[in-house]
Amino acid sequence: MLNSVLFLVILFLSLLVFFIPGKFKYHFTLALLACGVLLTSMWSVRMLAGTEQLIEIPLFVPTAGSAFILIIDRLAAFFIIVVNITVIVGFLYARGYLAPYMKSKNSLRFSIHYFSYLWLWLSMLMVVMMRDGLSFLIVWEIMALSSFFLVIFDAEERSILKTGISYLIQMHVGMLFILIAFLIVEKTTGRMSFDALGEYFSGHRNLPLFLLFFIGFAIKAGFIPLHTWLPEAHPAAPSHVSGVMSGVMIKMGIYGILRVLMAMQSDLLVTGIIILVVSLISGVMGVMMAIVQHDLKRLLAYHSIENIGIIGTGIGLGMIGLAQNNPALTLLGFAGGLLHVLNHSLFKSLLFFNAGSVYQATHTRNIEQLGGLMKRMPYTAILFLTGSLAICGLPPFNGFISEYLIYMGMFNSLSGATLYNSIIILGSIVGLSLIGGLAIFCFTKAFGIVFLGEPRSDKANHAEEVTRGMIIPQLLTVALILVIGLASPLIVKPVFDIVVKTFAINDPVLISGAFTANLSQISIMGGVFVLVLVTLLVYRKYHLRRRLVEKGPTWGCGYTAGTSRQQYTATSFAYNYNHIAKPVLQTTKEMDEIKEEEIFPRERSFISHSEDIFKKLLIDRPLDWFAGLLKRIAVMQTGQIQHYILYAFVFMLLVFLLSLLNII
Amino acid sequence: MAGFVLIVVAAFFVPGIILRTKSIASGRKGPGLFQPLKDIIVLLKKGSVFSTTTGLIFQIAPAVTLATIICAMLLLPFAEQKAMLPFEGDFVLFAYLLALGKFFTIIAALDTGSSFEGMGASREALFSMLVEPAFFILLATFAMFTGYTSFSVIFNQFFVTGNDYVMIYSIIGVYLFIQIAMVENSRIPVDDPKTHLELTMIHEVMILDYSGFDKALIHIGTYLKFALYGSLIYNLIVPAGWNIFLQAGLFFTVQAFFAIVIGLTESFRARNKMNKNPKFILTLSAIAWIAFTVILILTDKLA
Repeated sequence: MLNSVLFLVILFLSLLVFFIPGKFKYHFTLALLACGVLLTSMWSVRMLAGTEQLIEIPLFVPTAGSAFILIIDRLAAFFIIVVNITVIVGFLYARGYLAPYMKSKNSLRFSIHYFSYLWLWLSMLMVVMMRDGLSFLIVWEIMALSSFFLVIFDAEERSILKTGISYLIQMHVGMLFILIAFLIVEKTTGRMSFDALGEYFSGHRNLPLFLLFFIGFAIKAGFIPLHTWLPEAHPAAPSHVSGVMSGVMIKMGIYGILRVLMAMQSDLLVTGIIILVVSLISGVMGVMMAIVQHDLKRLLAYHSIENIGIIGTGIGLGMIGLAQNNPALTLLGFAGGLLHVLNHSLFKSLLFFNAGSVYQATHTRNIEQLGGLMKRMPYTAILFLTGSLAICGLPPFNGFISEYLIYMGMFNSLSGATLYNSIIILGSIVGLSLIGGLAIFCFTKAFGIVFLGEPRSDKANHAEEVTRGMIIPQLLTVALILVIGLASPLIVKPVFDIVVKTFAINDPVLISGAFTANLSQISIMGGVFVLVLVTLLVYRKYHLRRRLVEKGPTWGCGYTAGTSRQQYTATSFAYNYNHIAKPVLQTTKEMDEIKEEEIFPRERSFISHSEDIFKKLLIDRPLDWFAGLLKRIAVMQTGQIQHYILYAFVFMLLVFLLSLLNII
Repeated sequence: MAGFVLIVVAAFFVPGIILRTKSIASGRKGPGLFQPLKDIIVLLKKGSVFSTTTGLIFQIAPAVTLATIICAMLLLPFAEQKAMLPFEGDFVLFAYLLALGKFFTIIAALDTGSSFEGMGASREALFSMLVEPAFFILLATFAMFTGYTSFSVIFNQFFVTGNDYVMIYSIIGVYLFIQIAMVENSRIPVDDPKTHLELTMIHEVMILDYSGFDKALIHIGTYLKFALYGSLIYNLIVPAGWNIFLQAGLFFTVQAFFAIVIGLTESFRARNKMNKNPKFILTLSAIAWIAFTVILILTDKLA
């Protein structure tokens, strides 16, 4: 009772944001956020630590059949924690990030922004806690709307408004699929709820309904080819919002998929394979397209697609495990996927926040204009480096742990697999290892070009470190990344527990946590690594103190007048790669060749551009075709009243004739 | 423990043997067996010059890379002794540790702001990315063959599974590991450490700006990495159950053989054209696929 009252109070207090004077608006929102985070995190901790099956918190009148009821199970509890961490860090970071906008935007704009932020957070919490179909769709819609308002914060720029609207439309296409799926369930079972899914699945084919849900949720999650909103919306949004959207909001799609999978009873194998294949394509294509991006935030957005692919790979493997009654694969697959949800929310939000800091300091997101920022913004650089290492899945950071779990699921089930499965699993191993390699390629480029070397423009040259208020909140994220990376059993055990209980795994060896012994070994190795590294560095310092250490220019192979413009750029770094990946990426170059008679070549420009092939085929082409069709029909719009009367007359005549012939 | 010590010992003479092989094959008198060691001692005595462009990354990168290689050494078994830190799936950590070292080498090259080093970094990033699948397919083949997922157990079970076809994997495995080692250590046919033009280098150009202590660390790392791969190859050839003293002798024989193979390859073969390298490296993955298919046939999965 107390719980529901408290939650309702938070819901209603959020309206007060509009009436608080501008000075205290931020603090009020923060206080509200903190209270809510504490409250809901307490619920999840109670759920995860206790033995209860469900916690039910009825909102409004607690009568039987009341629709607005919050139900927390282990899966929901996990997602609540993921949401809360990123949202609170994001808001703490936002204070510094929004400071330059304080002058240019009025108080109402900020009210709307804070209000939307609060409701994005509240709606995400409610999405994972609502089981009833109608209330789920309502909060799902609130989530889309509030994030839309957050994306268009900078709506003075027309392109941002356009992106926002395109985002809103694509979200509603996704919602349509979910709505249809729910309606089908309601038609047969009489209930429109996730709880009714089991009943539906026991009596009908599972795959068609799953596909409907999958398409709906996959648009939110950003699986290729349904990802087209993602690389547009993330760069347009303010950075703390992109961090939250990419870190946690797209995970709501994953949550939805998991919720449906939990209820499925047949067609498990084919479902698993569909998820696996889509995920691997998303993973590989996502990172392949990320490499050629020049916009730092766009690059990160494509990486979200890659990471959703890794999460999906885990989930797909888990499903295959369920289908074949292979509890080890089920456990490792789902646990790897779930842990990667948490991991990705940490390092991706971290990366977006620091991309935001870079943007604030240099006013550009174009990688080609940056460089040398590590000297000017050392803290931001180290935070970004941590995020980069983690996202590449390198030890001893957290990304490695989740990728390791997924790898282990695959390697462990290889020896017992059938022909068909071993080929699928080997394909996934190749996919995952390729994703890892490509991610390293991408982030050495992103980090190296943005933060290292000499500044490539004045903007980068005059960059200054962002305020401490923006750096400190991120240390929480870094701490979590290191804890998961270096003390993985601590976090993996609860995740295993969630999977064991959610998917009813009853293999005693797995439940006893035998597998975590391996993770302890990894932790020891992490410790050894840190120890060896520190020893080497300390000795290095001692050693160099007794030697002559000089400073000089970079070795230019005999050429002494090099400028910063001669450095390797992001484009040239990716040139070799581009050459191989041409069939997939369709990079185009625009330049005029130097002709033979040109003795003194004039100034010329070079533009290279890579298109998102899926966006071109799925959105642009059909839209162009449709617009063309409408244009042709518009011939009828002559503007002369006689013609319009004629149309009406022809229409009536047609109706008359058709009814005369008994056709209508 | 024994494995760790043996790798360190092997690292003392493997690079020397490569040098000797090359000089004998080309009819030169050449440097002595321990010249690489003397080089390191000289480097340790020297001071350092750091570019003004560089910063923290450039300073810590060699130490990070060496630390990853030392940690990777802890994962390899020797004879019947397990590795120092064996666990299920340790080869995933092995590959990712080495990748961490690569990551730092690459960004350290970008830290100098030199276009030559950027070029090397770009190439290194691309080639080490392409070689990753080959390693994983090969290890997947072994995991499927033995039913285990740890270096220590895989190599222990390699020769006792009673499979008559074990030689096939042994040979394919040895071949692939040698090739992967060539790519990872930047040797011919992918890269030529003795080339004379910065434009044609990969790894060497990335470390152009290093001097003194840091350069010594890089060299030590390279030598250890050779011995590391030599040890992997050794584990594929010699059954784990044999007498340990015999094994120790065989270990050095295999390492020497590995070094001679590298030396001979470098003497009689030219480096690939740079744009042919991706094809060459992807071929390794294809060969690993073949090994995998063979095992599918042998385990009666593929009739």
